[in-house]
Amino acid sequence: MAALMLAIRIEEKTFPGHDAQPLTVFRSLSLDIADGEVCVLTGASGVGKSTLLSIVSGLDREFRGSVSGRPSPIGMLFQTPRLLPWLTALRNVEIAVPGRATDASRWLAAVGLTGHEQDYPQRLSGGMARRVALARALAVEPALLLLDEPFASLDETTAQAMRALLHSGFARRRPTTLMVTHDLANASSLGDRVIVLEGSPARVVRDVAISRGGEPGSGRASMAGPAR
Amino acid sequence: MSDTPSFPILMQRRQSAAALLAMVLVWQIASSIAADRLFPGPVQVVSVLLSEAVGGELLYHLGISLARVVASLAVAVVIGTALGYAAGRSRRADVWMRPWIVVLLNMPALITVILIYIWLGLAEMALVLAVALNKIPNVVVTIREGAGQLDKDLGEMAELYRFSRAAMLRHVVLPQLAPFFLVTLRSGLAITWKIVLLAELLGRSNGVGFQLQVYFQNFDVTHILAYAISFGVVMLAIEYGLLVPLERRLFAWRR
Repeated sequence: MAALMLAIRIEEKTFPGHDAQPLTVFRSLSLDIADGEVCVLTGASGVGKSTLLSIVSGLDREFRGSVSGRPSPIGMLFQTPRLLPWLTALRNVEIAVPGRATDASRWLAAVGLTGHEQDYPQRLSGGMARRVALARALAVEPALLLLDEPFASLDETTAQAMRALLHSGFARRRPTTLMVTHDLANASSLGDRVIVLEGSPARVVRDVAISRGGEPGSGRASMAGPAR
Repeated sequence: MSDTPSFPILMQRRQSAAALLAMVLVWQIASSIAADRLFPGPVQVVSVLLSEAVGGELLYHLGISLARVVASLAVAVVIGTALGYAAGRSRRADVWMRPWIVVLLNMPALITVILIYIWLGLAEMALVLAVALNKIPNVVVTIREGAGQLDKDLGEMAELYRFSRAAMLRHVVLPQLAPFFLVTLRSGLAITWKIVLLAELLGRSNGVGFQLQVYFQNFDVTHILAYAISFGVVMLAIEYGLLVPLERRLFAWRR
């Protein structure tokens, strides 16, 4: 059993409502995530999965409670790619790892974007932009990896390749990972644990450890992580 | 891809040239009808302009005025940007600055120039300060708008990936403010030129404003128009030689 690392304690998280009625997203939510554990977080739309990622990342500090043991560096794939439109794909990755242009280039290749290094985000499709964002998240060699719908807006082949990339990455170096997804069937092949959120305020209705059998993922050679 | 301008751009350029030509023609016809030395035609004005440019003092005075415009605009942009950014990012700063900005925005340039000349004397520094003071409120208002619209998502991304302050400024903040900078530079140049002339007319012994005063006393409309056209030429040179290339470079990613 890995040592306990990330402890999420949310006493209350509310959003100001549109009709002056505040919306309580979480109340008394408690989650412990072990070092190197890959947690798949799922639940209905609007239940608060992305908000939870935001709180765990430290970007959302407007809640009562605490997140302790947050490791660093953090890599995060946001719901939208959040690329800087005035920088090329390569520079968008490199800017997160200053002075490591070669690493940035390798990660872009790893997500299948060789030949698109000098493209501006405007010229990339939604799926390609998400892959640049994924390359950026992985390039920082995160100790904590937060993925918000990593396979959304990707075609099935690319999604499969991205899962294989994460598999091979996790096999070498396993950051503590929290992955939000609706695609439970595929995502669970990556995870150690599935957490299901439900209700308003959201609570954990299922927290299931996944037993690992067999070789994970399809492990396509072309999409394997960058050679070191 | 070919470098040949696309058809609509070529058409636009032709139409602009035609409009300019039409203006010159109307002017020539009107001056021929008036047949008055107080309403010289374009040929007469351009010939004076050329002789002034080659052997006269036009370039000297134009250069001095241009230097004053650049200095005043630089001071206004630096101070105005700092204040505008603060106002755009902080509600408290905005509340404190708002009355000052409203008062200064509505203060006639003439009053500011006269007051600064009285307080600081008829010096170069006084001119630059007076002109800058007139422009600062415009810069503040424009940059405040830009700073208030900075993308929160990109800011969060930069925070998560621990961008240095310099990287944050260079890669996140300034590119988002770039369109507002261009607006402020364009409008700033136009306003600053006009106020520099006024300030020169009131308190300097050189520059285009001073020269215009001399020609005004002699009712020398030909020289006044020659200087006016030289202005136009300089403004066009700045627009197409500096601002348009700068705009292309800054927004290359949009193409």
